Amino acid sequence: MANPRVIIIGAGSAGVRAAQTLVEGGMRPIVIDESARDGGQIYRRQPEGFSRPKSALYGSETARAEALHSTFDDLKSRIDYRPRHLAWNIADGHVHVVHEGASDALPYDALIIAAGATDRLMPVKGWHFAGAYSLGAAQIALKAQASAIGRRVIFMGTGPLLQLVASQYVKAGAKVVAVLDTSPFSAQIKALPKLIARPDVLFKGIKLVAGLKLSGVPVLRGITPLEIHGDAETGVTGVSVRLASGEIRRFEGDAVGLGYHLRPETQLADLAQCAFDFDAQTRQFRPRIDIDGRTSVANVYLAGDGVLTQGADGAEISGRLAAFAALADLGHAMPDSRINTLRQDRARMELFREGLAEAFPWPHSLAAGIPDEAIVCRCEGVRASELRGVALEKGASELNRAKAFSRVGMGRCQGRYCGHAAAEIVAAATGLPLEKVGRLRGQAPVKPLAISTRRVDS
Amino acid sequence: MGAPQARFVRLAETDRARVTIRVDGVDVEALAGDTLLVAVLTYQGWLRRSEFGGEARSGFCLMAACQDCWVWTEAGDRLRACDTPVRAGLSILTEQPDTSWPIRG
Repeated sequence: MANPRVIIIGAGSAGVRAAQTLVEGGMRPIVIDESARDGGQIYRRQPEGFSRPKSALYGSETARAEALHSTFDDLKSRIDYRPRHLAWNIADGHVHVVHEGASDALPYDALIIAAGATDRLMPVKGWHFAGAYSLGAAQIALKAQASAIGRRVIFMGTGPLLQLVASQYVKAGAKVVAVLDTSPFSAQIKALPKLIARPDVLFKGIKLVAGLKLSGVPVLRGITPLEIHGDAETGVTGVSVRLASGEIRRFEGDAVGLGYHLRPETQLADLAQCAFDFDAQTRQFRPRIDIDGRTSVANVYLAGDGVLTQGADGAEISGRLAAFAALADLGHAMPDSRINTLRQDRARMELFREGLAEAFPWPHSLAAGIPDEAIVCRCEGVRASELRGVALEKGASELNRAKAFSRVGMGRCQGRYCGHAAAEIVAAATGLPLEKVGRLRGQAPVKPLAISTRRVDS
Repeated sequence: MGAPQARFVRLAETDRARVTIRVDGVDVEALAGDTLLVAVLTYQGWLRRSEFGGEARSGFCLMAACQDCWVWTEAGDRLRACDTPVRAGLSILTEQPDTSWPIRG
C-alpha cells in the first residue's frame, strides 16, 4: 500500500510512543488530540508562563515525563499533529473530527485509539454538591493550575491515585483532612505476590503512604462512604463514613476528591465495532485485544489506559506494540527481538495491573446500599429510586433499556461517571449477574457537539 | 455584601500577569494561564447551576469529560470552563441566556 494513512487518537503516553514508532517505521501519522498540549493526563503540561520545575509536577516520574515531552517535540515536524481536535465518531473507515465548530471525516488504513481513562466513580449521597470532584480533577487543579480544590480537602475512594493525590496536596501545602480508603489493608497484603512484579513502584507506594501518615494526615482503610454533607448553595461541608470498626465518623471539609481507580474510555472502540468481553475481576466490559493491541476489527488497534489500566509505563509499551502491529499488518518487516522484549515488559505490567485491581477493588457491594434519594446521574439529577424503579417495575434490567426509561447515562457526560455504578445498582436491585445487565453502548457524538457544528470535506 | 467565598486556593504561580474577565457583569481579576474554571472558582464558590435540580455546581472532572462546567458567552456560545483559557476582556454568564430548560419538579 502506497503511503497508507495511519491515524492515532490521543497524544498521551500511549499515543506519543505509537507516533514515534510509526515515524521510525517511515510513516507520517495524523495525531488527533482533544487537548491543547500533548502529554495526556498523567504527564499533562502546565500552561506557558508557569515556572514550577518539572520535578515539582511529576515527582519520581520526572525523567519519564521529560522524555515523553521531548520525544513529542522532536516528532512534531514529522507528523500531522492536530491538537484541540475532538474525535467524535468512527464510522465506515472514517474518524469524524471536530475543530472550532467544523467537522471533517478522515479516512484511515490503520487506526490506533489511545483515548485514555477517567476516574471510575461510585455515587454517594451528596456527590452532586459543588466542591465534590473526581480525584483526577483534584490532581489536575494542582498540576496544571497550581491550585487546591478547597481549603480543607477530604480524599475518599480507593486505588493508587487516592494516596498519590493526597500526598501531592500535602507537599504543595494544601490542608488534607483525611484519606478515606474503601479497601481493607488485608487486600493490599494479599495482592503482594502480583504487586512485586514492579518492586520499584510498590516501594514508591509504600513510601507514599508512610509519608502521608508522618505528615499527620489520617489514612483510614476499610471505610464505607455514607454521605457527603452540604447544601445546594454553599456546597460541600463534610463527609460521613463508617469506619472498619463500625464507628460512624464525620469529617469537616469544603471539598472532596472521589474516585475508585480508573475506567477506560471505550466509546470510540465501541463505535469502531470492536468486540467487548466481560472482565469478572474488575467487573466491567472491555474491548478484546491481543498482546499487541489488535482488536476484533481489522486495522483498529487499542493502546494505553483506554483499554487496560496498566498505567503510564504500560501505556508507553502498549503504544509501541500497537504501532508495530499496525506496521506489521501493513506489510512492514518487524524487529522481532524488540517486540518480544516489549511483550515481556507488558506481561509484567499486566500482572501488576491485576495486583492493583486486587489491592484496591471496585467496591461494587456499595451499590445495594446507596440510599434511594441519592443522585446517581449528576448530569440530570436522576435518583437511585428512579433507576431501581424502572428496573423492578418496568422490567428494564438491561442497562440501555434502563437508560431509555430513567435517563441515567443519557446526560451530557454520557454515562462516563454513572454508567458502571448504574449497572451495579440494577444488578443489585434485580439480583441479576452484572454481565447480564450489560453496559452502556457508545453513542456518537462521544461528547456533546454544538448545534452550529458544520461539515467540511477535506 | 462582602466578596464571594472562593472555592479554589492558589498554592503557587501567583506572580503571573493579571487578566481581567467579566463574570455575570462583574469584573474578576484572573491570572494569565488560568483556565476559566480556575479563574471563576478562585473568585466565587460555583460556576453554574444544575438545569435539573437548581443547585450550585463547580465542575467535576476538570479533564473535559463530564461537561459539568459549561458557561456561556453573552452571544450564547457555550464554553467548557475547564479547558478554556482566560483572555483579557472575556465576558461570561453562568446561566444560559434566553433559554429555558425543563426543570424537574
